[in-house]
Amino acid sequence: MSKLKKNASGFKLNHYLTYIVVTAAFLAVTFMNQGGILNKKMQGLLVPVCCYIIMALSLNLTVGIMGELSLGHAGFMSLGAFTGVVVSQSLVDTVPNEAVRLCISILFGAVIAAVAGFLIGLPVLRLRGDYLAIVTLAFGEIIMDIINCLIVGHDSKGVHIIFNFKGDKSVADLNLLEGGKAIIKGAQGAVGTKTISTFFAGFVMIMITLFIVQNFIRSRTGRAVIAIRDNRIAAESMGVNVMKYKMIAFVISTTLAGVAGVLYGLNFTGITAVKFNFNTSILVLVFVVLGGLGNMLGSIIAATVLYILPEALRQFSDYRMLIYAIVLILVMLATNNPQLKALLQKINPFNKKKEGGAVQ
Amino acid sequence: MEFLSYLISGLSLGSVYAIIALGYTMVYGIAKMLNFAHGDVIMVGGYISYIALSKLGLPVWVSVLLAMAVCTLLGILIEGLAYKPLRAAPSLAVLITAIGVSYFLQNSALLIWGANVKSYQSVVNGTLKLFGNQLSISYVSILTILACVVIMVGLTVFTAKTKMGKAMRACSEDKGAAQLMGINVNKTISVTFAIGSALAAIAGVLLCSSYPTLVPTTGSMPGIKAFTAAVFGGIGSIPGAFLGGLLLGIIESFAKAYISTQLANTIVFAVLIVVLLVRPAGLLGKYVPEKV
Repeated sequence: MSKLKKNASGFKLNHYLTYIVVTAAFLAVTFMNQGGILNKKMQGLLVPVCCYIIMALSLNLTVGIMGELSLGHAGFMSLGAFTGVVVSQSLVDTVPNEAVRLCISILFGAVIAAVAGFLIGLPVLRLRGDYLAIVTLAFGEIIMDIINCLIVGHDSKGVHIIFNFKGDKSVADLNLLEGGKAIIKGAQGAVGTKTISTFFAGFVMIMITLFIVQNFIRSRTGRAVIAIRDNRIAAESMGVNVMKYKMIAFVISTTLAGVAGVLYGLNFTGITAVKFNFNTSILVLVFVVLGGLGNMLGSIIAATVLYILPEALRQFSDYRMLIYAIVLILVMLATNNPQLKALLQKINPFNKKKEGGAVQ
Repeated sequence: MEFLSYLISGLSLGSVYAIIALGYTMVYGIAKMLNFAHGDVIMVGGYISYIALSKLGLPVWVSVLLAMAVCTLLGILIEGLAYKPLRAAPSLAVLITAIGVSYFLQNSALLIWGANVKSYQSVVNGTLKLFGNQLSISYVSILTILACVVIMVGLTVFTAKTKMGKAMRACSEDKGAAQLMGINVNKTISVTFAIGSALAAIAGVLLCSSYPTLVPTTGSMPGIKAFTAAVFGGIGSIPGAFLGGLLLGIIESFAKAYISTQLANTIVFAVLIVVLLVRPAGLLGKYVPEKV
């Protein structure tokens, strides 16, 4: 019982702490940026870091709170990204204000990702464990393949979409009118996108994501989801509708992934569908697991550190990914091996206190 | 005739998947972990045999044995250093470690052998012409299918008859009970990894002989496909991996030939999803209802 209470109070502290840390980090980075401390490379990383933080928070909802392994989360990011690009590029003339256009794009990206999440959730959430994981992987790859065949253009008549399934279609087949332009060119991906994502927008979206996720966990629905994770049979016999609550959590998670995708897609002049492959899903999963399952602040820190780490290791050039791999293995060993854990606790006098605060 | 040639290329591709899937499924059956580094062991096997064949000019059988020996060692080493310390850890932690090992192998290969595409010299050359040259089958395809059948039969006999095989089955049923019966569980798991990695080396040689481009990421996609095949057939089941691999190869080959090259993977994965919806534990997997 005492452990439970401790966890509950730690939870509350964590709740506000996360907002404070994110805001402080945003202010610090903004001042550093204005002071000219950040170089061009670091400035370029700001928006992608925000996107990956949102991705990590969103995946943490599926993996940490719902307790199901998803290996295809990048697929939803991809849907968001390409929807965002199409919407934004189509509205360039109609809505000249960039902030408004970004909001509209995010809204559309979120809706498409939510619909996809619902449709994919119907079959996926009926499965369990590793079978569920492999099906999310399958859907991730299917989304990637289909977007890879997508050709989209925009002219005065509206948006034109064709699928290049046979490999015989090109932008010319869109039959665009005079003044029309191609937005997505099949395997070449989105080209000539006007970049409208900003660091501030990224910050706002992180705060909104945090607000949604944190409050969801503490809501009645969130508690039901956690109950299902901890003991599905017990929850079911208490009258909890397993499918319904899992679906709610999954759709929220995919919607947020779509939002991250829109921000990501509108941060680069060009992106390809292959960018959002299995490896990207795995990358986000690594953030979530290293940050701690169910621990939102942990996800944010892990995403930031691990996304910047390979860049910071640039000076080791060829060895950087090797170092990254070794760090990853060592961290997992150090945090999960009973002997090593005991050893670390002996060395570090603060460790015992930290243990209580960590949310499972 | 066209149909037959697609069927044979599908069977050959499926045989490679099946050999890789056998490694996945055996490790999963015993250690209950998804070894994502398995695909990269294939790549290492490919590189070792490439060096032995093309650079050192060793005979084919020596090169294959060398690749198998190196991969077996690598498998035991990976298991001992990265997975054994995490035996009691949650499965997600082991999964992430496996991903770390996968990155490690890929980037080590990148540093040692470079990013340039190596063109692999096939272990056997030539094609068999049948029906007055209407149907041509490459000897590599025949060798691949034969190798797969031999491995399948060998593994079935091994798990059914030998002492180690029985120990493996016991460990996959119930580790605690197996230990009480005097089975060395740790050793059994190490042997499973060793066998799986040796199979991965063979798969690497056969894969590179059919598709002669070798890069540090060669193993990833076949690895994912073989994982899919293992789940398709029912993960943990040896005949399931065999069946799943062959079916996956045939579906992929036909999808490429008759529907669309771009959508081949999509069709493979769509079939997997449909199969799992109808049979949630795969084609030959046992569905174990939960006890309350």
